[in-house]
Formats: sequence, C-alpha cells, structure tokens
Amino acid sequence: MSLRLPRVGTSQVVALLVILAINWVVSPQFFDIRLQDGRLFGSLIDVLNRGAPVAILSLGMVLVIAMRGIDLSVGAVMAICGAIAASLADSYPLPVVLAAALGAGLACGLWNGFLVAVLGIQPIVATLILMVAGRGIAQLITEGRIVTFTSPELAFLGGGSVLGLPTPIVITLALLALTLLIVRGTALGLLIEATGGNARAAALAGVGTRLITLAVYAWCGLCAAIAGVVAAADILGADANNAGLWLELDAILAVVIGGTSLFGGRFSLVLAVVGALIIQAMNTGILLSGFPPETNLVVKAVVVLAVLLAQSPRLAGLGSNLFGRRA
Amino acid sequence: MNATSRLLPVAATTAVFLIGFLVCSLTFPNFASLRVVMNLFTDNAFLGIVAVGMTFVIISGGIDLSVGSVIGFSTVFLAIAIERWGVPPLAAFLAVLVISALFGAAMGAAIEYFELPPFIVTLAGMFLARGASFLMSTESIPITADLYSHLAEQALRLPGGARLTVPAMIMILVVLGGMVLLHLTRFGANVYALGGSRVSTALMGVNVTRTTVLIYTLSSALAGLSGIVFSLYTSSGYSLSAVGVELDAIAAVVIGGTLLSGGYGFVFGTFVGVLIQGLIQTYISFDGSLSSWWAKIATGLLLFAFIGFQQVTLGLARRSRRHATGGAHA
Repeated sequence: MSLRLPRVGTSQVVALLVILAINWVVSPQFFDIRLQDGRLFGSLIDVLNRGAPVAILSLGMVLVIAMRGIDLSVGAVMAICGAIAASLADSYPLPVVLAAALGAGLACGLWNGFLVAVLGIQPIVATLILMVAGRGIAQLITEGRIVTFTSPELAFLGGGSVLGLPTPIVITLALLALTLLIVRGTALGLLIEATGGNARAAALAGVGTRLITLAVYAWCGLCAAIAGVVAAADILGADANNAGLWLELDAILAVVIGGTSLFGGRFSLVLAVVGALIIQAMNTGILLSGFPPETNLVVKAVVVLAVLLAQSPRLAGLGSNLFGRRA
Repeated sequence: MNATSRLLPVAATTAVFLIGFLVCSLTFPNFASLRVVMNLFTDNAFLGIVAVGMTFVIISGGIDLSVGSVIGFSTVFLAIAIERWGVPPLAAFLAVLVISALFGAAMGAAIEYFELPPFIVTLAGMFLARGASFLMSTESIPITADLYSHLAEQALRLPGGARLTVPAMIMILVVLGGMVLLHLTRFGANVYALGGSRVSTALMGVNVTRTTVLIYTLSSALAGLSGIVFSLYTSSGYSLSAVGVELDAIAAVVIGGTLLSGGYGFVFGTFVGVLIQGLIQTYISFDGSLSSWWAKIATGLLLFAFIGFQQVTLGLARRSRRHATGGAHA
C-alpha cells in the first residue's frame, strides 16, 4: 500500500502553525501540556479534543464534496444519533447503544444517497430535506427534552482517555487511518475522484458511479453518527435543538480550507482534518485572547473569503498568466 | 412544456394549501375566518418578503444562504441607529436598505468575477452578516420610537375583527411587485434565461454580469426590507433573530414549485409555499398539544413530496421530448 503525500498542503500546515504561534503569543502557556490522572491536559490538547467532532464530520464530508456533492444534513444527523445514544445509554449495553446510533446514521446517509444517486436530485436539495426534518426527528426521540445519561461506558467515548490522549482524539485518528486505508489503500479514492471530475465520463469508463455515490453518502452519515455520539458522550446528554447546530457549515469549511475543490475531482483526507484543526485553533485563540467570542464569525467569514479567492479559477488564471509572462 | 404543464406545480401547491386549509377548518371550528387568514399574512410577512427575493435567485440557478443573517443584522442596526444614535426611523430604514443592497451587490460581484459557487460565497456572507450583528450587540434591544408604536396600531380593519397590518401590506406589495418584475420585465426574462443556460444567455447578448449582480442585490435588499418588517413585528433588534430563515425561504420556494436547478418558477407559487408553512404553524398552535418540532418534520415531508413530484414531471417531460425528436440524441 502506498500512502501518497498530499500534493499541496504546505499552505494549510503553515496556516495551522501560524495560528498556533499567534495563540502562543496571545497566551504564553498555550503549548504547556501536563499529565494529570493519566490524561494529558493543556490548550493544545484542548484544540485537538474540541476539534474532534468537526474533524470526524469532515472525513465524511470530504468524500461527498470530492464527488461534487454536498451534505447539509450532517448536523441534524448528529442530533438524531446523539439523541438515540443518550436515550438508550442507561438501559442497554454499550454495543447495542452504538449499533442503534450508528445504524441510524447509516440509514440517514443511505436515504441521502438514495435521493442523489437513484432519484437524481441535486445534493443541496436532497440533503436539505433531512437538514430541515432531521432536527424534528431528533426532538421526536428526546420528546423535546434534554436527555441526560450516567452510563460510564458511553461517557468514556467523550471524556475518557486512552494512553493519556482524550478518547475523541483517538477516535478521530483511528477513523482517519481507517478512511485512508479504505479510500487511498484501494482504487476507491481514484474512482471517487473520477466520479467527481466527470460523472458521465466515469460511468462510460465503467465506474459504478451510482453505487459509489450511495456508499459515500452512507459513509458521511456514519461519520456524522460517530461525531454525534462523541458530542453527546462529551456533555453526558443530548440536546436535539443545539447538538451539531451549524456544524455542517464548519465541516464544509474545513474541507474547503483543506484544499478540496468544491468543483469535485480531487480531495485530501489529512488536509480536511487539518482544516478542522485550523477552525478550532482559531476558535480557541479568539477565546484565549480575550476578544469577545462574537468576533469568531467575522474571522471565519474572512478566512472563507481568503480561501475562496485562492481557489478561484479566475484568480488562478491571472496568477499563471503573470507567471507565464515573467518566465 | 405547454401552458398547462407549466402551471401544474403551482396548481398542485395551491391545491395542497386549499386542502390543508379545509382540513384545518373541519378540525377546528373557529379556523375558517378572515381573521386567521390575516394573521397568517402578518405572522409570515417577513418570510414572504425574503422568499420573493429567493425565488429570483433560485430561478437564476443560484442560492442565497445569507438572507437570515441579513435580517438579523438589519434588526440590530435599526435598533442601534434609532435608539442609540437617535437617527430618525425613516432614515434608518433607508440606510438598512442601502447597506443590504450593497452587501448583495458585493456577493453577486464575487460570484460573477471570481467564478465562485453561490453556495459558498453566500455562506461567507451569512457568517459576515451574523458576525457583524453580534459585534454590534449581543443583547436584544427594544425599539421605542413613536413611529413603531404608530405603525403597530395602523391597520386596515376588515369585517370579523380581522386586521390587515402594515407588515402584511408590505408583503403583499412585494409579492405583486415581484410578479411584475419577474414576469413582465426584461430583467425578469433575463433571470429565467440565466437559469436555463448561462452560456446561451451570454451568447444572446444579455449582460450576464449585470443580471447576476442585480439578482443578489435584489435578494439582499428584500432581506433588509424583511428585517425592517421583522423589527416592526417584534419592536426590537436582536442579533439572533431570524436564524435559519434562509432554509424556510428555500423550502417555501421549492414547495412553491420552483425548480432548484433554475429556469422555472413563479413568485405566486412561493407566496403559497410561505402560506403553507404558516398554515402548519397555525395548525400546531390551534391544536395546542402538538410540539413545534412537528412543523419541521411536516415541512421536510412536503419538501420531499414536491421535489419527488418535480423529478417525476421533469423525467416525463424529458421522455416526451425524446419521443418528439425520435430519440436521435438520446
């Protein structure tokens, strides 16, 4: 198996390092990490830990976007799966709870995939249906209340630690490794890129575009379910109104920052996770610096615009023209 | 598509509304009154206004996710301008319309000049407008200007205790104006053409850049107007107001029979789509025992039903066209 290094990625890694450096300037103890009760603590660990749900979402979203699709429903799916996990946690053993929550996420993903791949509905519209209805379904499960639980097994997934690392970080890393293995270890990634680049040409070349589309949306639903369970386990409860609210936008943003083109055809899993960390590092930095958290959205908007302009075909054309003339 | 099949989706939407109204009237004895209808208009005025703008955007093949945030920004700006800076309300209204129109023009220009997907540009716009309103104030600011209480009392009295309020009147004017603009002017024809095919539209000699910028300007300006109406309705400005309204507006447009792929749709359909969403809310408040989240599920089901309906009619249209050309190109 050959793990290809990302073709571009220096800019994202540099951006992350710059933001971390700014955080360090703002708060000198930013890189301090201490071991307490067998678990690592510190702002850096916090960035990784808090960034985990969006990083997990972005692992599913990146494949969907690589196929020229988009999944607006992941936040609502998070709410549904978190609600299921929280409601079942105290009366059923953990495997049953996880199977139910992840099964629901898979079903949501398959539903989206069915609408897109079989009925041929545009991805934005198809996933909009579940985005609108999903939160209602989550509230149906929690009966409009905030469901809390005490099960230590489920709580471990959000607040525990493995070898000193908080569990959400471990889950994210494991999922990243698994996704890399499945997608880049086989030809699947290439087929996804082919489908995103030109679905018709890919289909004519013998790629099973319909099945791949279905599988990718199902995977995205599954990732959303895992993120939902981790988020619910973290707060020991499920709030159908606010769980995963607007996280679909953060996930899309992470993917876009990670250099995956919204026009499909190329993607990087590692950089999508880096993108999620960039977003979280910014959030943490703004909190640490004492700026009001309200500035967060404005900073985010500026980052989106900067990334967009960098990706713009027109601007890229200008750049290469200038370069060509100079050369 | 001939005239009958062109009007089919709007007819279906209208039928759904009428059947829904009939069901409500049979379930609740006091439902079928002018008063309920007028309240339906007042309560959904801000959504109706913004959905008219969204109709233009979606018919042109785009999407505008920023409108909810623009509404929120407008209410906060109005509250601060009127209460803290002492600006006369009418001047503040004008300022809001100008700011939101410029904001829309900037988004349209970014979409056009940098060839970026509208989805992500307006997403950035959504963050920017919401963030700006957070920066101005995170608290709900009451507006106590005389004009506000005056406008709140102002209403056309109708029989049966029904009142046609100022927000409702503004919405009806916007819907009528939108119909004229979309169906009877050159700009409207260009919007349809743009949604049908960008390249052909440009080849026909239509100024695509100007049309795109104008479409997003219109959508944002209507969001600003909707913000004014929202602040009249609540007599306050709050940075968290109208969160998620863009989704309601998109849903209303889709339920109204407009194709999300662009090129086809009616303002009237959107208007009925808004009324259907309002009807669901009214049903829930009349029932009293149902929770508000049923509204979301019902809206989701309706969305699915209408999108499925569109796919089927589109598929049929394509098939009949293929028959007409003898399948030579298929």
